[in-house]
Amino acid sequence: MLHYFAEILPSLLSGAWMTIRIFLWTLIISIPLGVVVSLGLLSKFSPLRWILKFYVWLMRGTPLLLQLIFVFYGLPIIGVIFQRYDAAIFAFALNYTAYFAEIFRGGFQAIPNGQFESARVLRLTRWQTLRKIVIPQVVKIVVPSIGNEVVNLVKDSSLVYVIGLGDLLRAGNIASARDVTLLPLVAVGIIYLILTGICTYLLRRVEQRLSKWE
Amino acid sequence: MLELKDITKRFDNRTILNKMSFQVPDGEILAIVGPSGAGKTTLLRCITGLETVDGGDFILDGEKFNPAANRDNDKVIGVVFQDFQLFPNLTVMDNVTLAPELALKMNKADATKRAQDLIDQLSLSGKEQLYPFQLSGGQKQRVAIVRALAMNPKILCYDEPTSALDPDLRQTVEQIILNLKSEKMTQIVVTHDMQFAKNIADQILRVEPIDA
Repeated sequence: MLHYFAEILPSLLSGAWMTIRIFLWTLIISIPLGVVVSLGLLSKFSPLRWILKFYVWLMRGTPLLLQLIFVFYGLPIIGVIFQRYDAAIFAFALNYTAYFAEIFRGGFQAIPNGQFESARVLRLTRWQTLRKIVIPQVVKIVVPSIGNEVVNLVKDSSLVYVIGLGDLLRAGNIASARDVTLLPLVAVGIIYLILTGICTYLLRRVEQRLSKWE
Repeated sequence: MLELKDITKRFDNRTILNKMSFQVPDGEILAIVGPSGAGKTTLLRCITGLETVDGGDFILDGEKFNPAANRDNDKVIGVVFQDFQLFPNLTVMDNVTLAPELALKMNKADATKRAQDLIDQLSLSGKEQLYPFQLSGGQKQRVAIVRALAMNPKILCYDEPTSALDPDLRQTVEQIILNLKSEKMTQIVVTHDMQFAKNIADQILRVEPIDA
């Protein structure tokens, strides 16, 4: 059996590499963009606020699977053509930005107005206030919720099979169908557990670092 | 000397302060008293620039100035908030040195030395590396006072300094305010506690709600 695992491992690992790439790119794009969109959601300029609210509603109100299909098969109808891999990153980033924006919005709203006033009478600029006082507090508030989404993202990345990308789950499925055994899927499950385990461990470390103040 | 001339403040056509005028000579303590809703805190917020006024002038040392737009580092008005509003993510030392470093452009060594002097003066020695959540209410208030003093304010304002504290800490606050007076700090104190006001103030200003 070990021999069999060794045989299928290279294809599973190459699938896992696709999973990891989608995961990392989505985070790298969505987290900063989520902060920007959250500031837009809190903007005093109401047209911007309404557009962003609509975007968040659309992204959170429809299945990610459907969004993937639309980006890859639907957008070419209006002349926007993505490669499979790019389509996946685009759809995931669009979807996760909406979730992160909502989380950050809640974080910003949780900062009492007194903190801004206190910074103001101490002559701090708007940017200094955000950087030194507000953002550190927002980060501490949002880390647990962001962590949930990060772990979800590892698993959600398996949806890319629908546009024909070869990720971890698909690699397992192919081996399973070819060799008529469930063992490759057991291996797939273990690899997912390792990936989410690493994420959970890193997030725990971040939370611990932030727990020295309340 | 701080002088207010005909200061008027309205919220949605409701007049809160109507042509209010008074003077606070250097080194003196003004207590602002009055019932809840009379506009004591609003008056303080106008003096500290957190609200803009709808009429009247502020004059500091003979020069007109606008607290809401004031960026002059020689004309800082310090504020000790009712709930202190310390920065929870920073240690006591960093709470105190942050603004002198960023706004007054002091170097870290000078800011730290000055902060340490003030920390020692207000009996907070040994608390420098603690975070606000590790302090008692009285200690938090003293950190807030130190943080305001580190900006070398012309005037130091307090919003209800006794309300968030145990009654037996009232005398400690009185002592701190009177000690600062002996160092010639001009202070404005909003309070609903008449006895407290009488114990500290050179001048008591009564603010009454405006009818209609």
